Order: sequence, then C-alpha cells, then structure tokens
Amino acid sequence: MKHITTPISDETIRELKVGDSVALSGMMVTARDAAHKWMIETFIRKTRPPQGDDMQVYEELKKLFNGSIIYHCGPVVTGMDTGEYKIIAAGPTTSIREEPYQADVMEHFNVKGVIGKGGMGAKTLKGCEETPGVYFHAIGGAASFLAQTVTKVHGVFKLDFGVPEAIWLIEVKDFPVVVTMDSHGGSQHAVIDDASKKVLDDLLKKPF
Amino acid sequence: MWYFPLIGSKINACLEAFMRDLTNEIVELIRRTSSSLPPDVEKRLRESIEKEAPGSAARGALETIMKNIELSRANSTPICQDTGTPIFYVHYPVGWSTIQLRRQIRAAMEEATKKSFMRPNAVDAIYDKNSGNNLGGDDFPYIHFEETEGDELVIELMLKGGGCENVGRQYSLPDNSLGAGRDLAGVRKVVLDAVQKAQGLGCAPGILGVSIGGDRGSSYIKSKEVLFSEMGTRNEDPKLAELEERLTEEANEMGIGPMGFGGKTTVLDTKITGLSRLPASYFVSVSYMCWAYRRRKMTVKGNETIYD
Repeated sequence: MKHITTPISDETIRELKVGDSVALSGMMVTARDAAHKWMIETFIRKTRPPQGDDMQVYEELKKLFNGSIIYHCGPVVTGMDTGEYKIIAAGPTTSIREEPYQADVMEHFNVKGVIGKGGMGAKTLKGCEETPGVYFHAIGGAASFLAQTVTKVHGVFKLDFGVPEAIWLIEVKDFPVVVTMDSHGGSQHAVIDDASKKVLDDLLKKPF
Repeated sequence: MWYFPLIGSKINACLEAFMRDLTNEIVELIRRTSSSLPPDVEKRLRESIEKEAPGSAARGALETIMKNIELSRANSTPICQDTGTPIFYVHYPVGWSTIQLRRQIRAAMEEATKKSFMRPNAVDAIYDKNSGNNLGGDDFPYIHFEETEGDELVIELMLKGGGCENVGRQYSLPDNSLGAGRDLAGVRKVVLDAVQKAQGLGCAPGILGVSIGGDRGSSYIKSKEVLFSEMGTRNEDPKLAELEERLTEEANEMGIGPMGFGGKTTVLDTKITGLSRLPASYFVSVSYMCWAYRRRKMTVKGNETIYD
C-alpha cells in the first residue's frame, strides 16, 4: 500500500501503475455530472456566459484543483440546516458519464487524479497520459466505510445543484483506492472488457 | 349504520386501520432498508470471498464491502450514498385507504430524508432542480398498490441505485447481432450480453432480474418485481429454474469480478419471470441490481408491526 498526500507531483503520478493500492490523504474536491457540465460549458468551451458566483467559484477551483483530485461522489450530508456539515456516506458514483468532459477538465485545471468507480474510456486514458494523471478506483457502494476517512468538510460550492451534485471540499485520511488507469496507457478496464468479450463470444457459440 | 352488527368485528378492524397513522413505522422501514442489508444477500457476499484469490483486488473489494455492511448497520448510515429510487409495493387488505397510505409513505420519505437515512434524490428532469426531500411529482417515490384477501398489510421497499439502473437493458428479439432468436436460447444470449456490457459499472457482483415478454413498460416493471424474492429461490418452471442457474454460472465465467476488477464473482443470482406478449413482440428486459441489494418488508397485523 502506497501513501500519497495531495497536492501530488508529476513524478509521483508517473510512478503509479495499474494494480497499485494507494491510501490517499489531504484535500480533494467532489464533482459529478452537473459540475462537469457546468465547468466545461462555462470555463473551458465557453458556450455559456458565467452567471452569479461562477467566476468567484472558478478562481477558487483553480487553486483547489491544481495538483489535486476530483472525486466522483454525491455524498449524504448531515447538518444541512446548521451549516455544520458532516459526511456520513460517501462512496464513488459511476465515472463513465464524465467521459466527454474529464480529460479536458484534468488538463485545464491540472488535476492529478480522478476517483470514481467503473473506470473511464479512451479519451480520459489519453488525458491521463498527457496531463499526467491517474484514475483511482474506490469500492462502489462502500459509502459508510469511505465516509469514515473524511476528516473534515471545508466547505461547499454550488449547493443550488442539489446536495449530491454540489462541489464539496473535503479532507481525507487514508482513503483506500486501487489504480486502474495509469499515466502510461494502462487500463485494467480495457483488459477486462476485452477478455470478457472473448469469453462471451465463445459462450454465444455454444449450443443451448 | 344498520349493517354494523352483521359484520361488526371486520368493519371495526377496518375503521381502526383507517385511523392508524403508520408514518413512523414506514420511516423505520426506510431506515432499515437503507442501512441494513438483508441477511440472504449478506450471506451470498460472504460466501463469495473464499472464491477470490487471497491478496487480489477482487477479494479486497469484497472484504471492504463486508466491513461497510457492518458499519452501516451499526451506525444506521446509508450502505450506499446513492439511496436510489424508492420502490414501494403495498399489499393492503380490503378497506384500507390507498390515499392515506400514499400520504403516509410520502411523509415518511420526507422525514427519512431529514434524518439522513435517504439522500435527496429526486431531480426534476426538465429544470434540473433537486426537490431536496425525495418527493417529485406523483411518481417519486414509486408506489404500487395491490389489494389482498388477508388481514395483513405488507409494505415492501426496494432502494435501487442509479449506477446499476443505468446498466439495465431491454432487447427486442430476434436480435441479429447476437444471433438471438425468439426462444429461451435467445434469452440466454441477450442476458449474457447485458452482463458483459455492464462490466463493473453496476457495482458488481450483481443480481439479475429478467423478464421475458410483456410490452416495454410491463416487461421492465416485472424485471424489478422479481427482485423482491429471496436469493436462491428458483422459478417453479424447471426450464426457467435451469436457465436461472446456468446464467449465473456462465456470467461468472466471463471473469469481470467484483467492481469489474477481474475475478470469479460477477453475478450472485439470476431471477427470471415470464409475461404474456403480443404475437409481434418478444421483449427481454434485464434489471441489474448492485451488490447493495436493499430490500426490506414490514407487516402490520392489528396493532403489531413486524419487520423482516
């Protein structure tokens, strides 16, 4: 098990290979469907003019994301009425929905890692090689367990996206992940997909 | 009220039922469903650990899953942060008011969200607005009412996460690309295809609900209903029972494994059901249930409420 704390250097990222178990610590930022679409449209492709606090949040995100990690997660949060937020369930959501956006977001903000589940596709894998960055796989559904590694909620942006879709700034200690896509073109997901497809083809040929 | 003496006790029981507010009991049902995995599912998951190689990512995933199950139960916190689509099946005796039951279920859902047993999960699809309380229009939560002959009220609840719902599939047979014709041989082919396409995205190891026939709507609904039954129970039709077992076995040959890490445990169980179809249509619907297979039941008999 490797221990890595954010911000992460390019050298550290290049050392990581598919199959490595890692315990992550430090600051990370949750962002999922609404946040990715918003970032791409407002700041990267600029197809939508900034509104409300967009530019302020953008300036903060530039600092927070640099060298850090995006976590695909829509947590369950207590203390919504008092503002004393506590995250009680925080497993990963399926990452592939961010495939159209992820590589561009990583490159734009110099994001060094993405945590999620289910893996991502060719465009993100290329993004991992170029940025460089890695894809960390967390255990899907292990929400209570993973929430225990969240030591502090530092704040939240874009609560109007709804609690699951908001951008939560969290600090974690020893958040367990496995590298399933590295910065050298390796993807465990592509390997398993190909191998299972071959077995499927054989199964389809079998008589009933 | 001349008829009271004729069937007195029955009517009185009904009136009592009308008066009874089950909101708190339903909040408790939601708490249990969200935080405590049913024992039959937990048992299957535990058994599968031994099938995975020591030190493998697959085994590590299953061990973490077991720790999470225990922690969620001990702390009444959601097993998964995606507390899913709430699907209620209410079997009510003659005389109960479904208007009142619906009101109570909705009030319970709001309360359970306040108590953080549920994540606010209802998003208006047109305006992208999260309602914040898990109530959205008339259809969220989803409630199905069924009048029954007995005197017990049974409320079943399933919480189905979005990740696994997204990998569900519907096929219209024949499917030329898979060489799947309109028979059980064709059904087998498309179900295996659905498992391969799902990879680890639906939080494998999964449980498959398969429905053959119906129209597109009824077929999908049945493929979820079948998931209310216990793990390991087989269809009464020996042909379907055999196919259920074969599909679980063959799905596991694909080596997708827990979380798609690679491994022996991809599917824990398969449930198949059949529906009448039109001569023109032959649908096969596959609902994929993640390992966090949350379904619980409460039974109300007289003044007593029993949870499974």
